[in-house]
Amino acid sequence: MRISDMHGEFFLQGNYACAEAAISAGCRFFGAYPITPASEIAERMSYRLPQLDGVFVQFEDEIASMASILGASWAGVKSMTATSGPGISLMLENIGLGMMMETPCVVVNVQRGSPSTGLPTSWGQSDMMQARWGSHGDYGSIALCPKSPQEYFDLTIKAFNFSEKYRLPVFIMADAVVGHMTEKVVIPPSEELELIERKYTNKKGDQYKPYECCDDEFVPDFAKAGDGHLYHSTGLTHNEKGYPDMSVETHIKLVNRLINKIRDNSEEIILLEKRDIDDADVIVISYGITSRTVIPAIEKAKKKGIKIGYLRLITVWPFPEKLILELSKKVAGFVVAELNMGQVALEVDRCAKYCTTKWLPHPGGGMHSQSEIIKAIEEVAHAK
Amino acid sequence: MQNNAAHHPMEKYLRMDRMPHIWCSSCGLGTIVNSFMKGIKNAGIDTNKVAVVSGIGCTGRVAGYIKLDSYHTTHGRAIPFASGLKLANRDLTVAVISGDGDLFAIGGNHLIHAARRNVDMNVICVNNFIYGMTGGQNAPTTPLGAYSSTAPYGNYEQPFNLVGVAAAAGASYVARWTALHFHRLTDTIKEMAKKKGFCFLEVVSPCSTVFARKNKGGTGLDILREYKDRSIIDHEADPQKIPLGMNGEIICGVFINEDRPTFWENVQKGIEKRVVKTKNYKVIKNRESVV
Ligand code: SF4
Repeated sequence: MRISDMHGEFFLQGNYACAEAAISAGCRFFGAYPITPASEIAERMSYRLPQLDGVFVQFEDEIASMASILGASWAGVKSMTATSGPGISLMLENIGLGMMMETPCVVVNVQRGSPSTGLPTSWGQSDMMQARWGSHGDYGSIALCPKSPQEYFDLTIKAFNFSEKYRLPVFIMADAVVGHMTEKVVIPPSEELELIERKYTNKKGDQYKPYECCDDEFVPDFAKAGDGHLYHSTGLTHNEKGYPDMSVETHIKLVNRLINKIRDNSEEIILLEKRDIDDADVIVISYGITSRTVIPAIEKAKKKGIKIGYLRLITVWPFPEKLILELSKKVAGFVVAELNMGQVALEVDRCAKYCTTKWLPHPGGGMHSQSEIIKAIEEVAHAK
Repeated sequence: MQNNAAHHPMEKYLRMDRMPHIWCSSCGLGTIVNSFMKGIKNAGIDTNKVAVVSGIGCTGRVAGYIKLDSYHTTHGRAIPFASGLKLANRDLTVAVISGDGDLFAIGGNHLIHAARRNVDMNVICVNNFIYGMTGGQNAPTTPLGAYSSTAPYGNYEQPFNLVGVAAAAGASYVARWTALHFHRLTDTIKEMAKKKGFCFLEVVSPCSTVFARKNKGGTGLDILREYKDRSIIDHEADPQKIPLGMNGEIICGVFINEDRPTFWENVQKGIEKRVVKTKNYKVIKNRESVV
């Protein structure tokens, strides 16, 4: 049993569950700056990491926090930061650096009502597109959306696994409700957790090229600082040696790989919860906390004789484009409920070539009422 | 006769496959890179265990030319990146080499906080008084009255005195040399590499291409001559009282060399007394486990 092993059933706040999951996944470096509603993750990590010879640093801002977890990751230590929308806005440049240098790490966004300072103590889901396109440029992105403290735990483990496997900062898109909600959380013993560890190169010294993909791998093998490879890594467009290379060919190759490593593996990365979608007339799409208002509304609407499917995006990025396209051939339409003004609804609309998409936007701070969800379902069903 | 021209005396420590470098001829950066690698070599530490982090700018390119594990990061963020690297692997010797704009304008907040925390790292700030890479714009070090491409009427902002800022923020070691002082610079780098805590070194360096051209400073050689005339070595000088201007003395030396507990030492001290290591961490059913 590893010393990190805290397992059993707990009554845990979502943010604490996230911190415990990070620890279970092997995270031993956490850098962050206080922000509502994410601070409990930092508080928990400040308490837990010293017990495990891990490193906790409260930095001067979110920019430093993000830069620090990249540095820690290059030292070979799993690392994480946690913040809310305004903090993510500050982190985005270094998130881009993490994407470009292909640095495994996890970024938690406990979303609040936005834009700007918005609703610090209230919830929202309005940073979804920020997690997709926030940093400048093109890159593949992974974002996971928990609906409960238990799932917050499970997805934090998954986020670390994806970050190690695909070598990028992975987003966990929680929100103030899931973050502050206290529910039962089962923490499995560490030997029962499936953890993906970083793949280190077995090449020695100069033979190692930090950005060379061997065989049919989609990411290069890793080498950490101090292992004797004396390699270079940069945020500039770089060749396989990691050297800056401003040629169009190198740029095309690199950017395509950053996108395709996610796109080509999207089947594995996309996690969904599906209920009754195969013979549905209307499918309600939601993710995160919103799904918890959607379910009772669906139950009520079903009583009116409408065949309703429930599709919950656990992974929002990469987006299940193919599935939505296929389903759009079969259903009258989709209803998309989310706590923003249509960020994911527009994605659904883009992919749903053969049916209608009904948006249910809400800027956050409150929840959809069941009646508005039912009304939307009825509208789509009757428009058939 | 052997053809020595094909061999650079430091080539073992440089990425020769990246030569020629992008720096202008007579820029001070070449000397500083040389001096840095020599200082590390003289310190006798295993170069496999030295990592260099740079930000953006002319000096930001240093990480790309020296043959060490090296990271060329974002503008101003080399210090927090290096903090993560160092604290996650305390066996590494971590150096940040970056410019005055990178470390004191966009990255100024990180510098003062890393100095305050006393993170064990060596920060080498190459001060050329201007933004070289982007074409000679005003820097937080540009002397009052000096011309830059964004100060066509002369700079009207009070510049930072870098050693004063580093000292005030709590750095354990504070030094200043110019690119002319090769041997002293090398010795200081050697000393910093072995010293614990946040070490700060300012290297005043000629930017012949933009700063000198805009301010009629002559060639790189002329600037070095000027450094020779203006430099005074005074280790006892108060770092707060030795700002740099267009003219006047350039006070050089090692002004602060103190032993202060590092961030990690303080963490360890704090933990020793209070933290129950997780071996004793009980599995508490149905109860949250915060003690
Ligand atoms: S612009 Fe100035 S600082 Fe930059 S390489 Fe040229 S001389 Fe050096």
